[in-house]
Formats: sequence, structure tokens, C-alpha cells
Amino acid sequence: MDIRFKGVSHIYNQKTPLEVRVLHNVDLEIKKGQFTAIVGHTGSGKSTLIQHMNALLKPTHGEVCIGEKVIRENEKAKNLKAVRQKVGLVFQFPEYQLFEETVEKDIMFGPMNYGMSAENAQKRAKEVLQIVGLDEAFSNASPFGLSGGQMRRVAIAGILAMDPDVLILDEPTAGLDPHGQKEIMNIFKELHEIHKKTIILVSHDMDLVSEYAQHMIVMHRGKVKLTGSPKEVFKNSQELEDCGITLPIPARNYQRIAEKLGLPLNDVPLTVDEFIDRIAALSFKGGA
Amino acid sequence: MIIGKYLPGHSIWHKLDPRSKLITVSLFVISCFLVGYWQALVALAGLELLGILATRLPLGYFLKSLRPILFFVFLTVGLQVLFNRQGEIIFEFGFFAITDEGIGNGLFMALRLIIVVLVSTILTLTTKPSDLTLALESLFSPLRAIKFPVAEMALMIAIALRFVPTLFEETQKILKSQASRGVDITEGKIRDKVSQLISLLVPLFVLSFKRAENLANAMEVRGYVPGMARSSINLLKWKGQDSILVIGAIAIFALSLWL
Ligand SMILES: Nc1ncnc2c1ncn2[C@@H]1O[C@H](COP(=O)(O)OP(=O)(O)O)[C@@H](O)[C@H]1O
Ligand SMILES: [Mg+2]
Repeated sequence: MDIRFKGVSHIYNQKTPLEVRVLHNVDLEIKKGQFTAIVGHTGSGKSTLIQHMNALLKPTHGEVCIGEKVIRENEKAKNLKAVRQKVGLVFQFPEYQLFEETVEKDIMFGPMNYGMSAENAQKRAKEVLQIVGLDEAFSNASPFGLSGGQMRRVAIAGILAMDPDVLILDEPTAGLDPHGQKEIMNIFKELHEIHKKTIILVSHDMDLVSEYAQHMIVMHRGKVKLTGSPKEVFKNSQELEDCGITLPIPARNYQRIAEKLGLPLNDVPLTVDEFIDRIAALSFKGGA
Repeated sequence: MIIGKYLPGHSIWHKLDPRSKLITVSLFVISCFLVGYWQALVALAGLELLGILATRLPLGYFLKSLRPILFFVFLTVGLQVLFNRQGEIIFEFGFFAITDEGIGNGLFMALRLIIVVLVSTILTLTTKPSDLTLALESLFSPLRAIKFPVAEMALMIAIALRFVPTLFEETQKILKSQASRGVDITEGKIRDKVSQLISLLVPLFVLSFKRAENLANAMEVRGYVPGMARSSINLLKWKGQDSILVIGAIAIFALSLWL
């Protein structure tokens, strides 16, 4: 299922003194099976953008196509519920959506809203608990007694249980320690590679983005500034700086080394592994 | 009842001291209940219309503020028309009798109710909630003499007002989160609706308690002690225009007492 934006603008509180225009004429396309990262400064409109992708918000101008479904401002679109099953959105700090007595029941809530029987939903809950890396023993625990990271996994499991084709995650690693961040990111990697889901990730962390994403969308003040693979996007370090985005740490370190040694700056390594390869190659040359 | 949310602006109403506005609005409301003649009430309505125009806000906001009380307006008119048996009977129907006085009284009360709500709307639309609490605290400060905890009351009101928009935002967010899990309030059986409501209420309570706890801790570590003398960063400033407004309000009040 592809997602396409054509000339999308969004205005909050339209026709009131509190009117704010948050998206300006956004065009973009997210293809089925891609792992896309949406990055940008706080307030650049990322959360607003993604809420258009499962029809929680409607564009003020332009249109959003979600698979076959077209969403425009003045149309009473029917069957938005079906769209939201196909495109699962995990909000920032999703642990606040938990409400049931047990973890299992909370995960079953989504599928049962879509008419799944309790029996099947229970089976499904067991599967997704495993995907998010929680032991089956958690099934009957109260979600409110869990740690922050565990609660977040349960919340993600609650969306996964509806078996969406597209999974959107709004800053899923916010407030987790580096180890927890890595673990959560590996869940999405597995979902992308093994379960063939389309993943859309909103993130601040360029190191995670460059490591996991195939495609990047850079937002700045409600406009799409840059798109492309991380490799292409991170070549524009000046534009990125204007958007308030810094390069991944290996890239920054490499830049400083390259400046000192007078090496070309246009092709910087983005991940730690690339960085090590590059330095190893350098020392090999130097040693030879 | 939230009659209206503060809307920023540059009108004279926005620049007045909240205390003078609070006094004026209170006097105006009392005046409305004192007057007994149509002429006087219509004059008050006319004055109020000038006041509304002076806010330079779209009239739609004032109309919107009437929506929640529409029911009471109809109820008042209806009860008066149906059950007031004084005056000349225009129409009789068994137990009910519609009289000219009944209709007149009903409309009079309805107009009074509308005027009162609109004047409160002027206040809430043009005054920041934080200024309103400051004004309350300042006006009630004489009560300290009888050990009434004025500052604590003001702080409680301020905190409550402060969290209304936050709670509203949070509700929106949780609604959206649960909509992403297939909650659709427009459909489903009663049983589903109950569980959907719970899916909204439980997170809201959990969040509110968490917030309250955080706030209490934050206040404590910053040295808040109930009952201690406190200063405020926002000082209210009483100007000439405030005196004029209050004198005007007192004049109206005196007139309605006398008439
Ligand atoms: N419900 C809303 N009502 C009014 N303004 C909003 C609302 N949600 C977000 N905004 C505003 O829109 C802008 C973009 O917000 P958001 O999409 O959350 O950005 P990001 O997720 O990139 O931080 C911000 O300035 C924010 O204040
Ligand atoms: Mg956001």
C-alpha cells in the first residue's frame, strides 16, 4: 500500500485568531515495503504529517492517497476505520493509551474492535508479545506495573495485533536508554525484513536513522526540504544545518579528521561500521 | 461551565485591569437582576452590545457562548408561558392557559439570562485565566483578616484553570490513540461503547494523577509552603480607564437600584 501526498496543507484552528498553518504544500510518496524516516526540528510538523497518513487529520488543502483511498478536506470519507487498521499509528509515549487490567486484554482491544473473536485475538496477542520481545509471563500482568520500556512495547504490540500493512512510529525511542532504544529499533527492523511491513519512523536521532532507514524525508517549518536515501540526504550538510539537523556522530567525527588531513568531505561514512572501514583503509594507505 | 476561552487581542477590553472588569461585570449582572422594567433591561442590553463591539472580536464567539444555555432559555420561556396564570388569557387549553403576562415574563427572563451570559463572555474572552485569578486574589485579600486562605484558594483556581487546556489536549491525544486502535464512537453497540469510554477515561485518570504528583513534587522542591507570603511576577496595574469603567458600572448599578 503506497501513501501519496499531493499539495497537502494543514491549518489548525482554521478561521479563528489561533489559526496556525503547520503544513505547506507537501508532496511526497512512500512506497510499499520501504523503511522511511521522517526527521526535522521540534515543531516542524512531523506529528501533524503522520496523522494524515491514517486519516486522523484531514488536509486543509490538497489530497492524501492511502492505497486506494483518497482523503480530501470536504469529503465525508466513509470507512476510515478500515484505513486505520491497514495503517497502524503508534503515538509518541504510547504507554498512555493502555487501560485494561492485563497486558493481554489490552493487546486484544484493537483486533476485537475490528471484529476478531476473543479466541483469535488472544492467539494474536501471544504472537505479537513475542515479536516485541516480551515473555509470555507478562500476559496476565497489569500494564500499569511495568517499566516504561515494557509499557511501550505493550503499546506497540497493541497496534501490531491489528496486523497493519504500514506501521507508523512517532519518536518511539524518546525517553529510553540507549540499550532500550536499540532493542526497540531492532523490533522494527525485524518487522520490516521478516514481516515485510512498510515502516515510517519519526525520529530525532540521526544515528538511528542512518543505521536503519532506506529513505529519508526532512521537514522544516512545515515543508519537505530534502528527500532521498540517507547517503544522499546527508551529503547536504549545509541545508541540514539550516533545518536544525546534525549529521550522525561517525559522520561528524570523520569530517573533523578529513578536515585535518585534507581529505575530500563529500562522501562521509554514516554508521560506525562504515567509519571503521574508512579509517582502516586510511591507515592501510598511510602504512603502505 | 466554560463560557469562553481567552482570545488574544488589542481592544480596550484586553488592556483593562482584570479587577475593574471583574467588578464591572459583577455589578452589571446584579443590575440585570434588579431592574424590573422592559425599558431598563433593553437599555442594559444596548450598553452591553456596545461593550461587545468594543472587544473587536468576531460576533460568532458570543453566539457560540449562548449555545450551552439555549436549553435553559427555552425552559424558562416555556415554563412561564405554560404556567403563569396572571394577566389576560389569550388562549386556553384544559389545564394550561397562555396569558399575555406569561409570555411577557418568559421573554423578560430569557433576555435577562442572555445578557448575563454575554457579559460574562466579554470577561472570559478578553481576560487571561491567570489574570482573572490574580484579580480574584487581589479583590478577596481583605478576607485574610478573618483567616480565609485567599492565596491558597487563588492558587487552586489557577492550577485548575492551568490544566484545563492540558487536559483537553490530552483527551484529544488519547482519543486519537484509541481511534488508531479501531475505536469509532459513532458506531457499535452499547456494550462496545462502554468499553470505548473506559479506554478513554482510564488513561485520562492515570495521566491526571501522574501530573498531580509531579506538580506537587515540583512545587515542594521549589520551596512552596502553604500559607507563606508570596509575590507575583505579574503585577496588576490600575489606570484611569479602570476607574472610569468602575464609576460607570456603579452609576448603572445605582440607577437600577433607584428605578
Ligand atoms: N492540535 C493542535 N492545535 C494547534 N496547534 C497544533 C496542534 N498540534 C500541533 N500544533 C502546532 O503545530 C506545529 C507542529 O507540531 P507537530 O506536528 O507536533 O511538530 P513535530 O512533531 O515536528 O514536533 C507546532 O507549532 C505545534 O504547536
Ligand atoms: Mg511530534
